Amino acid sequence: MPSCACPSEHGRVATDGYDPAARVKALEQLLVEKGYVDPAALDVIVETYAHEVGPMNGAKVVARAWTDPDFRARLLADGTAAAAEFGFGGRGGEHIVVVENTSRLHNLIVCTLCSCYPWPLLGLPPVWYKSPPYRSRAVIEPRAVLRDFGVVLPETTAIRVWDSTAETRYLVLPLRPEGTGGLSEDRLAALVTREAMIGTGLALAPARADA
Amino acid sequence: MNGAQDLGGAMGFGPVRPEKEEPVFHAPWEERTLALTLAAGALGEWSIDEGRYARESLHPALYLNASYYEIWLRALERLLREKALLDAKELESGRALSPATKTRRTKLSADDARRLMANGTPYRREPSAPARFAVGSRVRAKVINPQGHTRLPRYARGKEGTVERVHGAHVFPDASARGKNEPVWLYTVAFPARELWGEGADPTLTVSIEAFEPYLEPAAPKS
Repeated sequence: MPSCACPSEHGRVATDGYDPAARVKALEQLLVEKGYVDPAALDVIVETYAHEVGPMNGAKVVARAWTDPDFRARLLADGTAAAAEFGFGGRGGEHIVVVENTSRLHNLIVCTLCSCYPWPLLGLPPVWYKSPPYRSRAVIEPRAVLRDFGVVLPETTAIRVWDSTAETRYLVLPLRPEGTGGLSEDRLAALVTREAMIGTGLALAPARADA
Repeated sequence: MNGAQDLGGAMGFGPVRPEKEEPVFHAPWEERTLALTLAAGALGEWSIDEGRYARESLHPALYLNASYYEIWLRALERLLREKALLDAKELESGRALSPATKTRRTKLSADDARRLMANGTPYRREPSAPARFAVGSRVRAKVINPQGHTRLPRYARGKEGTVERVHGAHVFPDASARGKNEPVWLYTVAFPARELWGEGADPTLTVSIEAFEPYLEPAAPKS
Protein backbone atom coordinates (compact mmCIF):
# COMPACT_ATOMS: atom_id res chain seq x y z
CA MET A 1 0.00 0.00 0.00
CA PRO A 2 1.57 3.31 -0.92
CA SER A 3 1.45 5.70 2.01
CA CYS A 4 0.65 8.60 -0.23
CA ALA A 5 -1.26 11.48 1.28
CA CYS A 6 -1.95 13.23 -1.98
CA PRO A 7 -5.18 11.82 -3.39
CA SER A 8 -5.48 14.76 -5.75
CA GLU A 9 -2.46 13.46 -7.69
CA HIS A 10 -3.97 10.14 -8.64
CA GLY A 11 -5.97 10.40 -11.80
CA ARG A 12 -8.84 12.19 -10.15
CA VAL A 13 -11.66 13.76 -12.08
CA ALA A 14 -12.38 17.34 -11.15
CA THR A 15 -15.79 18.48 -10.00
CA ASP A 16 -16.38 20.12 -13.37
CA GLY A 17 -15.91 16.77 -15.07
CA TYR A 18 -12.43 17.62 -16.30
CA ASP A 19 -10.58 14.36 -16.79
CA PRO A 20 -6.89 15.17 -17.22
CA ALA A 21 -5.91 11.69 -18.44
CA ALA A 22 -8.45 11.80 -21.26
CA ARG A 23 -7.77 15.47 -22.03
CA VAL A 24 -4.02 15.07 -22.36
CA LYS A 25 -4.39 12.02 -24.56
CA ALA A 26 -6.67 13.91 -26.92
CA LEU A 27 -4.46 16.98 -26.79
CA GLU A 28 -1.32 15.07 -27.69
CA GLN A 29 -3.05 13.44 -30.64
CA LEU A 30 -4.28 16.79 -31.84
CA LEU A 31 -0.91 18.53 -31.48
CA VAL A 32 0.84 15.70 -33.31
CA GLU A 33 -1.78 15.72 -36.06
CA LYS A 34 -1.32 19.46 -36.55
CA GLY A 35 2.45 19.12 -36.63
CA TYR A 36 3.20 21.10 -33.48
CA VAL A 37 4.87 18.32 -31.52
CA ASP A 38 6.85 15.19 -32.25
CA PRO A 39 6.02 12.25 -29.96
CA ALA A 40 9.70 11.24 -30.02
CA ALA A 41 10.60 14.56 -28.38
CA LEU A 42 7.95 13.97 -25.72
CA ASP A 43 9.41 10.56 -24.96
CA VAL A 44 12.89 12.06 -24.58
CA ILE A 45 11.59 14.66 -22.14
CA VAL A 46 9.77 12.08 -20.02
CA GLU A 47 12.73 9.71 -20.07
CA THR A 48 15.10 12.47 -18.97
CA TYR A 49 13.12 13.46 -15.89
CA ALA A 50 11.86 9.98 -15.02
CA HIS A 51 15.30 8.37 -15.07
CA GLU A 52 18.30 10.52 -15.90
CA VAL A 53 18.05 13.62 -13.75
CA GLY A 54 17.38 13.45 -10.03
CA PRO A 55 18.69 14.03 -6.52
CA MET A 56 21.62 11.67 -7.17
CA ASN A 57 23.14 14.52 -9.19
CA GLY A 58 22.94 17.00 -6.34
CA ALA A 59 24.24 14.37 -3.92
CA LYS A 60 27.41 13.94 -6.01
CA VAL A 61 27.98 17.68 -5.96
CA VAL A 62 27.50 17.84 -2.19
CA ALA A 63 29.83 14.88 -1.55
CA ARG A 64 32.52 16.55 -3.64
CA ALA A 65 32.08 19.80 -1.72
CA TRP A 66 32.50 17.90 1.55
CA THR A 67 35.78 16.35 0.46
CA ASP A 68 37.35 19.02 -1.73
CA PRO A 69 37.68 22.49 -0.16
CA ASP A 70 38.61 24.12 -3.47
CA PHE A 71 35.51 22.71 -5.12
CA ARG A 72 33.40 23.82 -2.16
CA ALA A 73 34.70 27.36 -2.59
CA ARG A 74 33.93 27.29 -6.32
CA LEU A 75 30.45 25.85 -5.66
CA LEU A 76 29.54 28.58 -3.20
CA ALA A 77 31.00 31.29 -5.46
CA ASP A 78 29.28 30.13 -8.68
CA GLY A 79 26.94 27.16 -8.38
CA THR A 80 26.18 27.05 -12.11
CA ALA A 81 29.85 26.76 -13.11
CA ALA A 82 30.67 24.26 -10.36
CA ALA A 83 27.70 22.02 -11.27
CA ALA A 84 28.85 22.17 -14.91
CA GLU A 85 32.11 20.48 -13.85
CA PHE A 86 29.94 17.35 -13.45
CA GLY A 87 28.05 18.04 -16.66
CA PHE A 88 24.99 19.09 -14.64
CA GLY A 89 23.07 22.10 -15.86
CA GLY A 90 20.45 23.25 -18.31
CA ARG A 91 16.71 23.54 -18.10
CA GLY A 92 15.49 24.72 -14.71
CA GLY A 93 19.03 25.25 -13.51
CA GLU A 94 20.38 28.04 -15.68
CA HIS A 95 21.41 30.06 -12.60
CA ILE A 96 22.27 27.83 -9.66
CA VAL A 97 23.03 29.29 -6.24
CA VAL A 98 24.30 27.03 -3.44
CA VAL A 99 23.92 28.09 0.19
CA GLU A 100 25.78 26.45 3.03
CA ASN A 101 24.45 25.19 6.34
CA THR A 102 26.63 25.74 9.39
CA SER A 103 26.24 24.81 13.04
CA ARG A 104 24.60 28.21 13.54
CA LEU A 105 22.58 28.63 10.36
CA HIS A 106 20.08 26.37 8.61
CA ASN A 107 18.90 27.14 5.09
CA LEU A 108 15.52 26.20 3.62
CA ILE A 109 14.39 26.58 0.02
CA VAL A 110 10.83 27.26 -1.10
CA CYS A 111 8.96 28.71 -4.05
CA THR A 112 5.87 30.31 -2.55
CA LEU A 113 4.57 31.32 -5.99
CA CYS A 114 4.80 27.92 -7.64
CA SER A 115 7.51 25.29 -7.87
CA CYS A 116 10.91 26.76 -8.84
CA TYR A 117 13.53 24.15 -8.06
CA PRO A 118 17.04 23.24 -9.32
CA TRP A 119 16.02 20.61 -11.89
CA PRO A 120 19.49 19.54 -13.10
CA LEU A 121 20.58 18.77 -9.53
CA LEU A 122 17.37 17.48 -7.94
CA GLY A 123 15.11 16.50 -10.83
CA LEU A 124 11.45 17.44 -10.72
CA PRO A 125 10.12 18.64 -7.37
CA PRO A 126 8.13 16.28 -5.14
CA VAL A 127 4.41 16.88 -4.63
CA TRP A 128 4.85 18.29 -1.11
CA TYR A 129 7.24 20.97 -2.40
CA LYS A 130 4.56 22.20 -4.83
CA SER A 131 1.72 21.91 -2.34
CA PRO A 132 -0.08 24.78 -0.56
CA PRO A 133 0.91 23.61 2.95
CA TYR A 134 4.62 23.87 2.22
CA ARG A 135 4.44 27.00 0.08
CA SER A 136 2.29 28.86 2.59
CA ARG A 137 4.08 27.89 5.79
CA ALA A 138 7.78 27.71 4.91
CA VAL A 139 8.20 31.49 5.03
CA ILE A 140 6.23 32.13 8.23
CA GLU A 141 6.77 29.06 10.42
CA PRO A 142 9.68 27.06 9.04
CA ARG A 143 10.39 25.38 12.38
CA ALA A 144 6.90 23.90 12.38
CA VAL A 145 7.40 22.76 8.79
CA LEU A 146 10.68 21.13 9.77
CA ARG A 147 8.85 19.26 12.54
CA ASP A 148 6.55 17.79 9.87
CA PHE A 149 9.74 16.25 8.48
CA GLY A 150 10.89 15.08 11.90
CA VAL A 151 13.62 17.71 12.08
CA VAL A 152 14.06 19.70 15.29
CA LEU A 153 16.80 22.30 15.27
CA PRO A 154 18.29 23.92 18.38
CA GLU A 155 16.54 27.20 19.13
CA THR A 156 19.90 28.92 18.81
CA THR A 157 20.22 27.85 15.17
CA ALA A 158 19.16 30.72 12.93
CA ILE A 159 16.92 29.87 9.99
CA ARG A 160 17.20 31.39 6.58
CA VAL A 161 14.43 30.79 4.08
CA TRP A 162 15.10 31.50 0.41
CA ASP A 163 11.95 32.16 -1.60
CA SER A 164 12.82 31.28 -5.21
CA THR A 165 10.93 34.07 -6.93
CA ALA A 166 13.20 34.24 -10.01
CA GLU A 167 15.17 31.95 -12.31
CA THR A 168 17.93 31.70 -9.72
CA ARG A 169 17.59 28.15 -8.35
CA TYR A 170 18.80 27.30 -4.87
CA LEU A 171 20.44 24.21 -3.41
CA VAL A 172 21.40 23.70 0.23
CA LEU A 173 24.86 22.38 1.02
CA PRO A 174 24.03 20.39 4.15
CA LEU A 175 26.33 19.85 7.11
CA ARG A 176 28.55 16.82 6.74
CA PRO A 177 27.48 14.26 9.35
CA GLU A 178 29.93 13.36 12.08
CA GLY A 179 31.78 10.08 11.84
CA THR A 180 32.18 10.23 8.06
CA GLY A 181 35.88 11.13 8.00
CA GLY A 182 37.06 8.07 6.11
CA LEU A 183 34.18 7.69 3.65
CA SER A 184 34.65 7.89 -0.10
CA GLU A 185 32.72 10.40 -2.17
CA ASP A 186 30.36 7.64 -3.32
CA ARG A 187 29.63 6.56 0.24
CA LEU A 188 29.12 10.18 1.26
CA ALA A 189 26.75 10.84 -1.65
CA ALA A 190 24.52 8.02 -0.38
CA LEU A 191 23.98 10.04 2.81
CA VAL A 192 22.73 13.12 0.96
CA THR A 193 18.96 13.06 0.65
CA ARG A 194 16.81 15.27 -1.52
CA GLU A 195 15.32 16.79 1.64
CA ALA A 196 18.81 17.64 2.93
CA MET A 197 19.44 19.63 -0.24
CA ILE A 198 16.14 21.51 0.07
CA GLY A 199 16.65 22.08 3.79
CA THR A 200 13.67 20.07 5.06
CA GLY A 201 16.06 17.34 6.15
CA LEU A 202 19.60 16.71 7.32
CA ALA A 203 22.20 14.46 5.74
CA LEU A 204 21.92 10.91 7.07
CA ALA A 205 24.23 9.58 9.73
CA PRO A 206 26.37 6.74 8.39
CA ALA A 207 25.19 3.26 9.31
CA ARG A 208 27.44 1.66 11.91
CA ALA A 209 28.78 -0.81 9.38
CA ASP A 210 29.88 2.02 7.12
CA ALA A 211 31.53 4.13 9.78
CA MET B 1 -1.76 39.27 -10.00
CA ASN B 2 -3.08 38.59 -6.53
CA GLY B 3 -4.07 35.06 -7.45
CA ALA B 4 -4.23 31.82 -5.53
CA GLN B 5 -0.63 31.06 -6.45
CA ASP B 6 0.69 33.71 -4.05
CA LEU B 7 0.62 31.49 -0.98
CA GLY B 8 3.38 32.75 1.32
CA GLY B 9 2.00 33.23 4.83
CA ALA B 10 -1.47 31.82 4.09
CA MET B 11 -2.94 29.61 6.80
CA GLY B 12 -5.21 26.64 7.18
CA PHE B 13 -3.70 24.21 4.67
CA GLY B 14 -2.63 21.74 7.34
CA PRO B 15 0.64 19.86 7.70
CA VAL B 16 3.13 19.11 4.97
CA ARG B 17 2.81 15.43 4.09
CA PRO B 18 5.89 14.06 2.41
CA GLU B 19 5.25 10.81 0.55
CA LYS B 20 7.64 7.92 1.20
CA GLU B 21 9.46 6.66 -1.89
CA GLU B 22 7.61 9.17 -4.01
CA PRO B 23 7.68 8.37 -7.73
CA VAL B 24 8.67 11.15 -10.15
CA PHE B 25 5.24 10.89 -11.78
CA HIS B 26 2.06 9.47 -10.27
CA ALA B 27 0.33 8.66 -13.55
CA PRO B 28 1.23 8.53 -17.24
CA TRP B 29 -0.92 11.59 -17.97
CA GLU B 30 1.35 13.66 -15.72
CA GLU B 31 4.36 12.64 -17.84
CA ARG B 32 2.61 13.65 -21.04
CA THR B 33 1.43 16.94 -19.53
CA LEU B 34 4.96 17.92 -18.55
CA ALA B 35 6.39 16.88 -21.93
CA LEU B 36 3.64 18.57 -23.96
CA THR B 37 4.06 21.78 -21.97
CA LEU B 38 7.81 21.89 -22.63
CA ALA B 39 7.50 20.87 -26.27
CA ALA B 40 4.67 23.32 -27.01
CA GLY B 41 6.55 26.06 -25.16
CA ALA B 42 9.52 25.46 -27.47
CA LEU B 43 7.41 26.63 -30.43
CA GLY B 44 8.26 30.13 -29.20
CA GLU B 45 4.71 31.44 -29.09
CA TRP B 46 4.81 32.29 -25.38
CA SER B 47 7.42 32.92 -22.72
CA ILE B 48 7.83 30.92 -19.53
CA ASP B 49 6.26 33.86 -17.69
CA GLU B 50 3.20 33.86 -19.94
CA GLY B 51 2.95 30.19 -19.02
CA ARG B 52 3.07 31.05 -15.34
CA TYR B 53 0.48 33.76 -15.80
CA ALA B 54 -1.85 31.31 -17.53
CA ARG B 55 -1.59 28.99 -14.52
CA GLU B 56 -2.14 31.64 -11.90
CA SER B 57 -5.08 33.07 -13.85
CA LEU B 58 -7.13 29.97 -13.13
CA HIS B 59 -9.99 30.61 -10.73
CA PRO B 60 -8.57 30.48 -7.17
CA ALA B 61 -10.99 27.75 -6.10
CA LEU B 62 -9.92 25.64 -9.04
CA TYR B 63 -6.23 26.41 -8.58
CA LEU B 64 -6.27 25.28 -4.97
CA ASN B 65 -8.31 22.17 -5.67
CA ALA B 66 -6.52 20.92 -8.78
CA SER B 67 -3.38 18.81 -8.75
CA TYR B 68 -0.18 20.43 -9.98
CA TYR B 69 -0.21 18.85 -13.42
CA GLU B 70 -3.90 19.50 -13.86
CA ILE B 71 -3.07 23.18 -13.42
CA TRP B 72 -0.36 22.81 -16.05
CA LEU B 73 -2.69 21.07 -18.47
CA ARG B 74 -5.50 23.59 -18.11
CA ALA B 75 -3.02 26.42 -18.63
CA LEU B 76 -1.54 24.73 -21.70
CA GLU B 77 -4.97 24.36 -23.28
CA ARG B 78 -5.64 28.02 -22.58
CA LEU B 79 -2.34 29.17 -24.13
CA LEU B 80 -2.86 27.06 -27.24
CA ARG B 81 -6.30 28.63 -27.66
CA GLU B 82 -5.19 32.19 -26.90
CA LYS B 83 -2.28 31.96 -29.33
CA ALA B 84 -4.63 30.50 -31.94
CA LEU B 85 -2.68 27.29 -32.40
CA LEU B 86 -5.89 25.42 -31.66
CA ASP B 87 -9.48 26.50 -31.37
CA ALA B 88 -12.05 25.55 -28.77
CA LYS B 89 -13.83 23.15 -31.13
CA GLU B 90 -10.63 21.28 -31.79
CA LEU B 91 -9.89 21.06 -28.08
CA GLU B 92 -13.33 19.66 -27.37
CA SER B 93 -13.41 17.23 -30.28
CA GLY B 94 -9.72 16.24 -30.17
CA ARG B 95 -9.62 16.48 -33.97
CA ALA B 96 -7.84 18.93 -36.24
CA LEU B 97 -10.40 21.09 -38.02
CA SER B 98 -8.10 23.64 -39.63
CA PRO B 99 -4.51 23.78 -40.89
CA ALA B 100 -1.70 24.49 -38.41
CA THR B 101 -0.76 28.08 -37.64
CA LYS B 102 2.79 29.08 -38.50
CA THR B 103 4.84 29.26 -35.31
CA ARG B 104 8.01 31.16 -34.52
CA ARG B 105 9.97 27.95 -34.20
CA THR B 106 9.31 24.59 -35.80
CA LYS B 107 8.42 21.56 -33.75
CA LEU B 108 10.99 20.13 -31.39
CA SER B 109 12.73 16.95 -32.57
CA ALA B 110 14.07 14.37 -30.14
CA ASP B 111 17.57 15.82 -30.58
CA ASP B 112 16.29 19.37 -30.07
CA ALA B 113 14.63 18.20 -26.86
CA ARG B 114 17.92 16.75 -25.58
CA ARG B 115 19.67 20.02 -26.39
CA LEU B 116 16.95 22.12 -24.81
CA MET B 117 17.17 20.21 -21.55
CA ALA B 118 20.96 20.11 -21.53
CA ASN B 119 21.42 23.79 -22.31
CA GLY B 120 18.32 25.42 -20.86
CA THR B 121 17.55 29.01 -21.72
CA PRO B 122 19.65 31.37 -19.59
CA TYR B 123 17.82 34.43 -18.32
CA ARG B 124 20.78 36.73 -17.70
CA ARG B 125 21.04 39.63 -20.11
CA GLU B 126 23.29 42.60 -20.78
CA PRO B 127 22.22 45.40 -18.43
CA SER B 128 20.93 48.53 -20.12
CA ALA B 129 21.73 50.71 -17.07
CA PRO B 130 23.92 50.50 -14.01
CA ALA B 131 22.52 48.75 -10.94
CA ARG B 132 20.61 51.08 -8.66
CA PHE B 133 21.42 49.08 -5.52
CA ALA B 134 24.47 47.28 -4.15
CA VAL B 135 25.10 44.63 -1.52
CA GLY B 136 24.11 46.21 1.80
CA SER B 137 21.65 48.72 0.30
CA ARG B 138 18.52 49.25 2.40
CA VAL B 139 15.46 48.86 0.22
CA ARG B 140 11.69 48.73 0.49
CA ALA B 141 9.61 46.44 -1.68
CA LYS B 142 7.02 48.62 -3.36
CA VAL B 143 3.34 48.25 -2.70
CA ILE B 144 2.06 47.18 -6.09
CA ASN B 145 -0.98 45.19 -7.11
CA PRO B 146 -0.64 44.61 -10.83
CA GLN B 147 -3.38 42.83 -12.76
CA GLY B 148 -0.71 41.03 -14.76
CA HIS B 149 2.04 38.62 -13.77
CA THR B 150 4.44 39.61 -11.04
CA ARG B 151 6.90 37.73 -8.88
CA LEU B 152 6.80 40.11 -5.96
CA PRO B 153 4.90 38.12 -3.33
CA ARG B 154 2.27 39.95 -1.32
CA TYR B 155 3.92 39.17 2.01
CA ALA B 156 6.97 41.27 1.06
CA ARG B 157 5.18 44.32 -0.34
CA GLY B 158 5.84 47.48 1.65
CA LYS B 159 8.50 45.73 3.74
CA GLU B 160 12.06 46.90 4.28
CA GLY B 161 15.06 44.68 3.80
CA THR B 162 18.70 44.59 2.81
CA VAL B 163 20.23 43.70 -0.54
CA GLU B 164 22.37 40.65 -0.01
CA ARG B 165 23.27 39.52 -3.50
CA VAL B 166 23.33 41.12 -6.92
CA HIS B 167 22.64 38.59 -9.68
CA GLY B 168 23.17 40.76 -12.75
CA ALA B 169 20.44 41.81 -15.18
CA HIS B 170 17.77 39.19 -15.87
CA VAL B 171 14.64 38.90 -17.98
CA PHE B 172 11.92 40.82 -16.12
CA PRO B 173 9.00 38.39 -15.64
CA ASP B 174 6.35 41.11 -15.35
CA ALA B 175 7.28 42.37 -18.85
CA SER B 176 8.08 38.96 -20.28
CA ALA B 177 4.56 37.80 -19.38
CA ARG B 178 3.30 40.57 -21.70
CA GLY B 179 5.64 39.41 -24.45
CA LYS B 180 8.17 42.20 -23.80
CA ASN B 181 11.88 41.79 -23.33
CA GLU B 182 13.07 44.29 -20.72
CA PRO B 183 16.04 43.04 -18.71
CA VAL B 184 16.42 44.55 -15.25
CA TRP B 185 18.73 44.00 -12.30
CA LEU B 186 17.93 41.12 -10.00
CA TYR B 187 18.78 41.09 -6.29
CA THR B 188 18.39 38.85 -3.28
CA VAL B 189 16.72 40.96 -0.59
CA ALA B 190 16.64 39.66 2.98
CA PHE B 191 13.94 40.61 5.51
CA PRO B 192 13.94 39.86 9.23
CA ALA B 193 10.85 37.77 10.03
CA ARG B 194 9.61 40.47 12.41
CA GLU B 195 9.47 42.96 9.54
CA LEU B 196 7.33 40.53 7.54
CA TRP B 197 5.14 38.99 10.21
CA GLY B 198 5.22 41.38 13.17
CA GLU B 199 5.14 40.49 16.81
CA GLY B 200 5.47 36.84 17.59
CA ALA B 201 7.64 36.16 14.54
CA ASP B 202 10.53 33.72 15.00
CA PRO B 203 13.41 35.98 16.11
CA THR B 204 15.95 33.67 14.49
CA LEU B 205 14.26 33.73 11.08
CA THR B 206 15.31 35.69 8.00
CA VAL B 207 13.42 35.33 4.73
CA SER B 208 14.73 36.45 1.37
CA ILE B 209 13.08 36.94 -1.97
CA GLU B 210 14.58 37.38 -5.40
CA ALA B 211 13.59 40.95 -6.22
CA PHE B 212 13.72 42.60 -9.62
CA GLU B 213 14.84 46.23 -9.52
CA PRO B 214 11.44 47.71 -10.48
CA TYR B 215 10.02 46.11 -7.31
CA LEU B 216 12.34 48.13 -5.07
CA GLU B 217 12.78 51.65 -3.80
CA PRO B 218 15.47 53.02 -1.49
CA ALA B 219 14.78 52.86 2.24
CA ALA B 220 16.39 54.81 5.06
CA PRO B 221 19.54 53.27 6.50
CA LYS B 222 18.92 51.04 9.50
CA SER B 223 18.87 53.13 12.67
